[in-house]
Amino acid sequence: MTERAGATRASSAEPPLAGGTPLVDVHAHFLHAGCGRTDWEARNASRLAAGERIGITVHVASILGSFGHTSPTYFPSPDDLRVANDAMLDLQRRHPDRVRSYVTVNPNEPAHAREEIARCIGRPPGEGAIGIKLAASRRANDPLVDPVAEEAARHRVPILHHIWQHRRREWPGQEASDAIELGALAARHPQVAFILAHIGGGGDWAHTLPAVEDLPNVYLDLSGSGVDRGMLDAAARAVGAARLLWGCDLTMETGLAKLRALSAAGLDDAAVAQVRWRNAASIFGSHALPGIVPEAEPRARAADAAT
Amino acid sequence: MRTTHAAARTRAVAGLTDVNTFVGGYAFRHVPHPDAATLVRVLEREAVAAAWVGHLPSVFHRDPTPGNDELLAWTEPHAGVLFPIPVVRPDWPLWQRTLTRARELGAPAVRAYPPQWGMAPGDRAMRALAGACGEAGVVLLLTTRLEDGRQRHWLDSAGDLTAAAVRDIVRAHARVQVLVTAAGRAMIEEVHWGLTAQERARLWWDISWIWGPPEDDLAHLLRTLGADRFVYGSGWPLRLAQTPRANLDLLPDALRKDALATARAVVAAARGAE
Repeated sequence: MTERAGATRASSAEPPLAGGTPLVDVHAHFLHAGCGRTDWEARNASRLAAGERIGITVHVASILGSFGHTSPTYFPSPDDLRVANDAMLDLQRRHPDRVRSYVTVNPNEPAHAREEIARCIGRPPGEGAIGIKLAASRRANDPLVDPVAEEAARHRVPILHHIWQHRRREWPGQEASDAIELGALAARHPQVAFILAHIGGGGDWAHTLPAVEDLPNVYLDLSGSGVDRGMLDAAARAVGAARLLWGCDLTMETGLAKLRALSAAGLDDAAVAQVRWRNAASIFGSHALPGIVPEAEPRARAADAAT
Repeated sequence: MRTTHAAARTRAVAGLTDVNTFVGGYAFRHVPHPDAATLVRVLEREAVAAAWVGHLPSVFHRDPTPGNDELLAWTEPHAGVLFPIPVVRPDWPLWQRTLTRARELGAPAVRAYPPQWGMAPGDRAMRALAGACGEAGVVLLLTTRLEDGRQRHWLDSAGDLTAAAVRDIVRAHARVQVLVTAAGRAMIEEVHWGLTAQERARLWWDISWIWGPPEDDLAHLLRTLGADRFVYGSGWPLRLAQTPRANLDLLPDALRKDALATARAVVAAARGAE
């Protein structure tokens, strides 16, 4: 692989805070004009600027409908999803060297979900979505989610699934799933790579780790505002560095802190490289990520790892 | 509390101080290596000169006295780097004596946990403690939260420190200097703009729980409230020590040049107000 464009972009004044080797944020979000926030452009610009400073090679991002403005964040309407997915792909078109997209779908609208997946993924290389985002519109183990997983298998793309770590009750505004529920879906679709969202994003991550320990097609994304000491060490012990993915979600300073803490948590350079980008290149396909050139064919797509 | 090594603890320390650290285990989850020697190594790794250190188990103890003694014993070998911050519980007999001892030991601050003690905003005991701290020239350190509300143990039902409680404590005495840790932007703004200029000049916040980009809450607060209202704090050992540094590193260039308030400045304000 080569040193990436991100390092070049950030090197004019100062070296990237996280160094010049590739770095993939697998859990990013952007906003658009229909999200009801007058500062939406500033927030997008801030994410890209912070990414430059950190040294993020590529933001793999989604927009969850209107983020609550015209339909609920976790129960987005078909119209809002189409607008948001278009806005996400437009961002990718305007930043082809550093932004890639998830297509976000609502499993309660099966036909629309299939249409959106086909519409957003089925595009020429570099122009389409490279993964599917499922928020919290339907419990992960519900049969209605199966058709989405089947589409992921057919397109050979991963699913990033919003997770509440150890959901012990219903939470307002979402039909949240936890690791056990995602694990049931993952067991039914061993050929699909599932990214279990933000172990630092709320709830008890200590419950999540053993719940997916034996599911090789479930990867843990480290994002979220939570920076509990012990979380990174425990995650690495539970699933190994080969199933950890770096990400930020809504707080990039916690992403940078966790990146810096990986070494302190006992990961060696090779393991840190897995978390920074190698695992992402494996499940997305390095051809799908700008600035990352494969040393060889991806080591193990989810389909291979699961068999 | 014992009264050993008081002189060492009153030494001024140059450089950055993390005002929000603890030693000792946590009641609701395993925390790796929450000991004083590890904290010293972490401070060195993070290029932080010193830390104000609380006793984590005492947060949930009824009687803080044994925990204060343990804190002094644990930090004593690291005097000059680790500054013990004893707990003073103002509804416990002889609490005034505990505060006096803390002052004699040179403790820059004392900790109080009104939510964990069932003390609502306006609690008379907390107001009395605020007044005594103001008279004694000791900073009163409050904790908004120890963990994210979404992950708490079902027995941890105290809830977060409220903005109303902070406003009341600051107003309780004209000289009390208050430092609040682990607050987010909404609470900070509600308290700051809910106080007079004279009142808010006696109030500081640590940056351990303020969001950075892309929401840029820290940048916004530094612009609107001023960098001199904020101090460096991490929440170790519950939270990664790397977080506040990362947050500062990601500030816009113009703001990165603005220094936060120092722990020494907070102490000087308290002692100057005696």
